[in-house]
Amino acid sequence: MRTVAVVGASLAGLSAARSLRKQGYDGRLVVIGDEPHRPYDRPPLSKEFLAGDLGEADLVLETDGEDLRAEWLLGIRATGLDRTERAVRLADGREIRADGFVIATGAAARQLPGSDGLAGVHVLRTLDDARTLRDELARGGRLVVIGGGFIGAEVASTAHALGLDVTVVEAAPTPLAGPLGQAMGSIVSALHTDHGVRLLCGVGVKGLSGERKVDAVLLEDGRSIPADIVVVGVGARPCVEWLEGSGVALDDGVKCGADGRTSLAGVVAVGDCASWYDPRAGHHRRVEHWTGAQERPAAAVATLLAGGAVEPGVPRPPYFWSDQYGVKIQFAGHAAGADSVTVEEGAPDDRNVLAVYRRAGRPVAVLGMNQPRLFTRWRKQLAAATA
Amino acid sequence: MMIPACRLADLPRGEAFRLDVDPPVSVFHTDDGEVFAIDDTCTHQDASLADGWLEGCEVECPLHASKFDLRTGSVDAPPAKLPVRTHEVLVEDGMIYVRVSTDAPNLPPCVAARLAGGPA
Ligand SMILES: Cc1cc2nc3c(=O)[nH]c(=O)nc-3n(C[C@H](O)[C@H](O)[C@H](O)COP(=O)(O)OP(=O)(O)OC[C@H]3O[C@@H](n4cnc5c(N)ncnc54)[C@H](O)[C@@H]3O)c2cc1C
Ligand code: FES
Repeated sequence: MRTVAVVGASLAGLSAARSLRKQGYDGRLVVIGDEPHRPYDRPPLSKEFLAGDLGEADLVLETDGEDLRAEWLLGIRATGLDRTERAVRLADGREIRADGFVIATGAAARQLPGSDGLAGVHVLRTLDDARTLRDELARGGRLVVIGGGFIGAEVASTAHALGLDVTVVEAAPTPLAGPLGQAMGSIVSALHTDHGVRLLCGVGVKGLSGERKVDAVLLEDGRSIPADIVVVGVGARPCVEWLEGSGVALDDGVKCGADGRTSLAGVVAVGDCASWYDPRAGHHRRVEHWTGAQERPAAAVATLLAGGAVEPGVPRPPYFWSDQYGVKIQFAGHAAGADSVTVEEGAPDDRNVLAVYRRAGRPVAVLGMNQPRLFTRWRKQLAAATA
Repeated sequence: MMIPACRLADLPRGEAFRLDVDPPVSVFHTDDGEVFAIDDTCTHQDASLADGWLEGCEVECPLHASKFDLRTGSVDAPPAKLPVRTHEVLVEDGMIYVRVSTDAPNLPPCVAARLAGGPA
């Protein structure tokens, strides 16, 4: 293999570039990213960076003096993948021909329909989003967060600590019920009300009001919640439109095997844009977590370099963390499919728990709130139990 | 300075013991029976490496999964970027002793600020 093109210059793309060099690939390496920035870390964008405790220099993912001998094409979008020419097409008309391709284009924040052009309405995915939002939060006022998922909850927590008046609106009856299940979702989301942040559940958003600047969030039940700032945290969609018609099979992201291979030879996919086959679950799953974007490229790159002739190992169960209101939340495994959840340690009322999800008596997931030591033990056990 | 940590017999293989010095130091007993001591605080954020995932000669930070080599203190991948200090270990009469390095520790910004501001 003489040229590898990595499309997407964030965590998964950087991790793939690192894995390529580590696994002995010595050829030309081109990394293409549509953001103008070098790879940076997103988790602090809703936490320490938004709070003003970390600056941009702290977000850099590369280490001092790190040299991957790569050509970085930044601030330029890939618009297509040509399977016959074996080339990535760029927005400026250039084409990068390569023998191997790593797709790492991640995901983009979903917008609220009809919020275009209204000042004071934000999503949070990129450094540029975070800068704008940070400056606006610094002016204070009433913040309404639409969506009680992890990003929404973290923004609410950070803004509350900054002294803003915060309301969270969630369409589902219980926030986080998807990833955590009903019982634990309600315990974790109770952190909002513990701290005096209003949480309105089970009600959808009808729209926004305001002339040029937002002034309220209109709910489907007729209520109108006054707002100076609105953050829309309603999930993300995989950035894969550019692959349409390329022959790469898509299905809520790039559909790939347990080793990252896609439907096209010489093309692998990693990170938030990739829907990996999960041998534990027996189906494909797109996981939007930092640790997966960091770890899985090693396997995908091995697949690419070996021309698909390697046996994929069983990856560790997916893991993510979140920090809200000073509580460290950690989760590993899959809550869906569990038939019981038991609190093994700590007290739900103190928002300090280690809970284990089981299916037919076997652990399938674990949740920790301020329990890093026990959580690690269980995470290890989970990996061993399901390997 | 040699500091007594704990008895080797009280630290099963695969386990870690946190020594309450300032900043804290952790002693690891690997599955192969070796004993190592490194700074306990991750260089990324305030996490205790004694709570981490020990595998071979590496411990994975319990929060964001950077892995530190117990022999050299070096870190494999972000988010942590700086190594932890390693400390000399001596086992004598079944007791583990640690000689704390005199190098400056690589503490994460939040912890360094707290230490600089005196006891919290
Ligand atoms: C605010 C925030 C907080 C988070 N907090 C946590 C947390 O606490 N814990 C956790 O586990 N996870 C967290 N995550 C998730 C984690 O950051 C992601 O899982 C991770 O960034 C995924 O990396 P990635 O490289 O796959 O995708 P991304 O980071 O999305 O990067 C993809 C890159 O590709 C670029 N791109 C897209 N399309 C194209 C194209 N056509 N051409 C060229 N470039 C393109 C994008 O602009 C982007 O730079 C958080 C995410 C956000 C946004
Ligand atoms: S606190 Fe250790 S890697 Fe983040």
